[in-house]
Amino acid sequence: MICPLYKHAIITAGMKMDRIYLDYAATTPVDLEVIRMMINNFENDFGNPSSIHSFGQNAETTLSKARKSILELMNAKETDLIFTSGGTESDNLALRGCIKSAEDLSKKKLLISPVEHPAIAITCASLEKLYGIQTIQLRVDKDGIIEPRFLKETIDADTLLVSIIWANNEIGTINDISYLGKLCKDQGVLIHTDAVQATAHLQVNWETLNIDLMSFGAHKFYGPKGVGGLLKNKNITLTPQSTGGSQEENLRAGTQNVPLILGMAKAYELVNEGREVRNLRLIHLRDMIINGVLQSIPGTFLTGHPEKRLPNHASFVIEGVSGQDLVIGLDMAGFAVSSGSACKVGKPTPSQVLLAIGIPEDLARGALRVTIGRNTTEDQAISFLSALKKLVKELRHKVNYK
Amino acid sequence: MNEKHVVVAMSGGVDSSVAAAIMVQQGYRVTGIMLKLWTADCSPQENACCTPESINQAREVAGILGIPFYVIDARDDFKSAVVDRYIDMNYQGKTPNPCYWCNQTIRWGYLLDKTLALGADFLVTGHYANITKDKNNEYHLYKGVDPKKDQSYVLSGLNQWQLAHTSLPLGSLTKDVVREKAQELKLPVASKPDSQDLCFIGNNNYRIFLEQNSGRATNSGNIVDKSGNIIGFHAGLQNYTIGQRKGLGAGNKDPVYVVSKIIETNEIVVGSKNDLLFTRVKIGPMNWISGVKPQKEMEYEVKIRYKAKPQPGKLSVAEPNYYYYQFLSPVRDATTGQIVVIYYKNEVIGSGEIVLAELEGE
Repeated sequence: MICPLYKHAIITAGMKMDRIYLDYAATTPVDLEVIRMMINNFENDFGNPSSIHSFGQNAETTLSKARKSILELMNAKETDLIFTSGGTESDNLALRGCIKSAEDLSKKKLLISPVEHPAIAITCASLEKLYGIQTIQLRVDKDGIIEPRFLKETIDADTLLVSIIWANNEIGTINDISYLGKLCKDQGVLIHTDAVQATAHLQVNWETLNIDLMSFGAHKFYGPKGVGGLLKNKNITLTPQSTGGSQEENLRAGTQNVPLILGMAKAYELVNEGREVRNLRLIHLRDMIINGVLQSIPGTFLTGHPEKRLPNHASFVIEGVSGQDLVIGLDMAGFAVSSGSACKVGKPTPSQVLLAIGIPEDLARGALRVTIGRNTTEDQAISFLSALKKLVKELRHKVNYK
Repeated sequence: MNEKHVVVAMSGGVDSSVAAAIMVQQGYRVTGIMLKLWTADCSPQENACCTPESINQAREVAGILGIPFYVIDARDDFKSAVVDRYIDMNYQGKTPNPCYWCNQTIRWGYLLDKTLALGADFLVTGHYANITKDKNNEYHLYKGVDPKKDQSYVLSGLNQWQLAHTSLPLGSLTKDVVREKAQELKLPVASKPDSQDLCFIGNNNYRIFLEQNSGRATNSGNIVDKSGNIIGFHAGLQNYTIGQRKGLGAGNKDPVYVVSKIIETNEIVVGSKNDLLFTRVKIGPMNWISGVKPQKEMEYEVKIRYKAKPQPGKLSVAEPNYYYYQFLSPVRDATTGQIVVIYYKNEVIGSGEIVLAELEGE
């Protein structure tokens, strides 16, 4: 029996207002078509792809079709695709997998950018501890673009792997990953890219990307959570991080999550359809938000590159307010956005990414990230702008910041 | 449906959880906020607010009630406004009441400011006290209905504006009723014990807390009797409280008590039980709930500590914003730093800190 209070509370919380989601870089709703395909698979094609019988064979077929579909769309037919639980696991497999063994550390340096996702940055810190690997931070400019010259000068014979984020999750900046890849290739050094944000919006053309390893996750492009992939050139040998069965070419033991993988392949197919037109609409809305914030609220600054940025990504630092208050206040007004980091409880320390691009600590505390998507409308953008304007004014007026 | 939007200060305890539930029941739009406060040790610890355990409990309650819940980090503000002041006062030989300023500056300062800036209309807490508004739009603060739980003492530092933006739904209830309500609603915190100690002290007692967190060296000195004869040594004034009997060293025929602490000479004066009778205190700066001292002379009672018995007496002006309170019969354990709360019957009239406590015969 539902207690009358609970019922009431749910109505209170649910019906009071329309909640507007502006945090598509955190995750996206799953496409209905994807959900239907997955449900059918859960229900009817539930076999284990490793089984010999017909159920297993059906599942195996589904799996290989999904793999082929993604590889074709990425123009990577002759490439390995290892299915994982998402971007973070893919990043871990790429970085940790490059180390053959604790004894064989012929190459010791990991070159990463200072604006990497924690899945890269924290993993490197862990490898430093475990194996004495040395992490070297590359240089970025004020927009978060990796400086190619410094990369070129820093690569040496001791470099195990270079890992550079393709499109940044916090500031939206897109790196010229194919050019950076070429620099590495020319010197015979492996390069990995975290493409978790990029795959949702940018065309992947593996043939011209000059990349050896690439991580992505489905839930950023209207696919399910808990599934992703690592693209790997065939000539590279990785050390498996999970051992057991021989699934995924011995690189990732454990029964494949067929329904989620199927869902990811479908979602990726859908996100590739009409991408350019969709991006034009997103860019129009994004710029409306960027210009609206910068023009109507004094003391606001865009973070990341003004043009070389994800089509759905608007990020700012705002003087005299804290990012945490902005997120809470906007949520209370019905808008879901995010700040520098996704930490719900911890101390709102300024984001390392913002500090790395030279934003002063005080200002970096006022970080705001607005990321739009398929369901975002112009009306929503307009009402968001007016809510933000009002909130910033109130916060600056009523709360004293040091 | 009530259009008012309220923020409930949630601690993960039974009182604030039920307060939130009542507001939901009454049809308000409710948001839960927990302030993460500074504590001496971060290890999870029962009965102290804002440990990770309490955060999870408050979040669970918010989930059951279907209200949004946020944690706001107030550690820096809390440390400087409450903890540092607590430490300083201990080393000045005073007995501080940090909950009183925490309410003044953190809950009804930091959090109330945020509450209003974030778009809510008023702040709700689980305190046992009552607020009313009279026909002249003046707000009054009264004791809670449950005499065992009355918390008007710690709210006596609030002003008219703060009271005007506050609602205390538990003021008319007893703790037993609140626990029953929590059980009815199947709130997981229904049987959680009440918090007792200062939330920031951690697992140790306050002496160890001061030693570890004050950054000050131990300043030992003499223990003297009323005539100034040295009868022992102490390990720092902060380790002793007025009225304390234990820890004064052996060798005294009759029991002795800490009667006063002299900062200038770093001495502790001890005396007999009869030396511990205080006849008059000077208090201030005053917070009058109405904003000014009431004109009418009334029969006041005061509480010199949260759990103390109300004491009748007479109020007279000492200097601007400072008053004397002459006890009808002398009281024990009146210490500088303590908050004196002035009541007229069940109403809180005002409060102030003891700046001087006069012993009988002085």
